[in-house]
Formats: sequence, structure tokens, C-alpha cells
Amino acid sequence: MSDRHEISVEIGGLPILLRTSDPAFKNLLADRYEKFLGHGSRPRFSFDVDLMPPSEQYEDEDAHVEVRGSEWQLRRGDFLAEWDPSAGRGTIRQSPNPYSLDSVLRIVHTLVLAREGGFLLHAASAIRNGRAFLFSGVSGAGKTTISRLIPEDAILLTDEISYVRRTDTGYEACGTPFAGELARVGENRSAPIRGLYFLEKGSGNRIDEISSTNATGLLLRNILFFAEDAELVSLLFQAACEFVERVPVRRLTFFPDERVWDLIG
Amino acid sequence: MTETYIARSTAIAARVLGGEMMVMSAVDSTFFTLNEVATVIWQAADGKTPLSTIVTNHVCAQFEVEPEAARRDAEQFVESLARHGILQVSDHPFENAPAAPGGSR
Repeated sequence: MSDRHEISVEIGGLPILLRTSDPAFKNLLADRYEKFLGHGSRPRFSFDVDLMPPSEQYEDEDAHVEVRGSEWQLRRGDFLAEWDPSAGRGTIRQSPNPYSLDSVLRIVHTLVLAREGGFLLHAASAIRNGRAFLFSGVSGAGKTTISRLIPEDAILLTDEISYVRRTDTGYEACGTPFAGELARVGENRSAPIRGLYFLEKGSGNRIDEISSTNATGLLLRNILFFAEDAELVSLLFQAACEFVERVPVRRLTFFPDERVWDLIG
Repeated sequence: MTETYIARSTAIAARVLGGEMMVMSAVDSTFFTLNEVATVIWQAADGKTPLSTIVTNHVCAQFEVEPEAARRDAEQFVESLARHGILQVSDHPFENAPAAPGGSR
């Protein structure tokens, strides 16, 4: 049996151990997740990663996620993962590129977070003055732009996929390695969420209130979710409603220059 | 004349937020915000009461609306939600109780 090389990736305080027989791939992961390597925390889940030849078809495909007994199956053209959450372990067969693993990790985190009242959100996020702010919207809404304009006194958590975790007192945002167009990995930090803004580009900078139902609808449209599972859809809906009840959600119309940050924090 | 009976599907999640009823299909994740009249119909969709009675006793009793217009709007609303599996429709009363109409916050 070949040697297994291990690395622990800890995002949102959830350590996941990855084992591979390929030392070069392990080093690739160590570089990619450099800011998110777990040191000493007991992994909650472990995956054996087996590499297969690169696939021609992947990123444009949708991932399929379904539960089979106690096991989840996650698949796309470039990966097939089987995961038993109660046993705490799984296997991943994938192309030797870190983007496939990014996708598997995102799915695993969405499934774990859904049961804990949290979610991953298509949003940039940053910490300023000890509080986290999220900036959400579809592609082109301005997530990359507002991340690029971030002032020196703010910490970028992500320009693409925000990590929202339920806590005893509310919600906190955690940094993620899931980068968007800015290609800049977020900082591995967390802070209580002070506000969520849905972005819209305009000729000036303005914050507008939006109704709770509008906020919930927008939030649901931007939450990452993969599983076609009625119980999880229901959990997600309740999580979105509770988030909107506890966190100010507004619309931020902004002109793309640094003055927009005068409104934040 | 054949009566129409409506029952809330069990494959939904519903909740009142900011005074408005929100309903999400657990099957296809479709999300609806119901207006006041639609909320009244939704809450009365117990599977036992005919739609015509719901319109007369609940909609016309609570809102200033012509009975014929109320019936037409109710049928459209029911058809729309039934298409997404959020409401079940039958020409007989349902035997099982439907899902709860959704918590109020």
C-alpha cells in the first residue's frame, strides 16, 4: 500500500482531513489552502482523495447531490464523492486539480451548515471595526468591485463565497479560500455579522431599506444549495427567515469608487 | 356543480415574516410571497372546506371584493400554487390533515 499524505483544511472552524497518495497533490493543496490549514484540531470528517485522469467536462456542469441511506453522493464530471456524515468519513475520486476539491468542500460545508442554521452565500464579505459586512448579488452585481475597493482598515474574508455560521448570540461570517474574479484568498478570520447588503451599481452611493419578504427572497436566491432533499430545503428556508429577522438586510446602490466604503462600518 | 377542495402540501415550508406569508416548495425550491387575500385562502386550505365556501366566508367577508372577481382570483391563485405542488387540489375532501399554515413571527 502506498503512503498516504494528510492535510487538514479548516474553514469556518470545521476541520476536514484530506488523505492522498500523491505528495505533489498534497503540496498543491497545502499551497492553495495555506491560510486555512488545521493545526492540531481533531478533524470532524476525513476523506480519502483518489486522483483520476483529468476530465474534459466539469465546471459548466451542475453538481448532483443526493442521499442514499446514510451516505451522501456528490458528483460532477470531474469528481465523485461518497460521504457518510455519521461515520465521519468519505472518499473523493477527482481530477488532479484543486477546483474539484473546492467544489466538494463547498458542498460538504453547505450540508453541514444547513443543519446548524447557517449557509454559504454568493457574497463578498469583510470585517471592519470588528464587525462583518456581507455584499451579495448575482454575477456582475459588484462583489468583485467592492472587494477591490476595500479600504486598508478592513479585512477581506472573501470576494465570492461567504461563510455564515449561526452562533449562540446571532451570526458570524468566516473567511473562505473560495476566491472569485479577484483571485485573492480571503483571510482566515471571523466576526459577528452587522449587516447584509444586496448590491446594485448606480450613479451614486445609497442604502435603502427592503422588506423582510423581499430580503428573504433575495437571500434564498443567493444561498448555495445543491441537494434535492425536502428536509434540507425546509431547513434552508427556516435559516434564511431567521437570518432576516436578526440581521439588518438592505440594498446598497453604489458608484464604483472607494467612497462607497464611507457608508460601511 | 363540482366543488373544489384545496389542501396545503406537506412538502412545503411556510412562515409569516413582517406580516407577510412566505411559502417555499421543498420539491423545486420555488418561493412565493402571498398577499393578504392569498394568505387567507392559504390558511383556510384545510382540505375539507370547499373553495367556494372559503371565498364566501373568508375572502368576501374580510375584503371589499365582488364575489365573482374573488372566485376568479382564487381559482388563478390555486392553479398557480398547485402547479408548483404547494397546494393540492381535488374534487373530493382530503382525508388527511394538511401541513400547518406556517408560524407567525
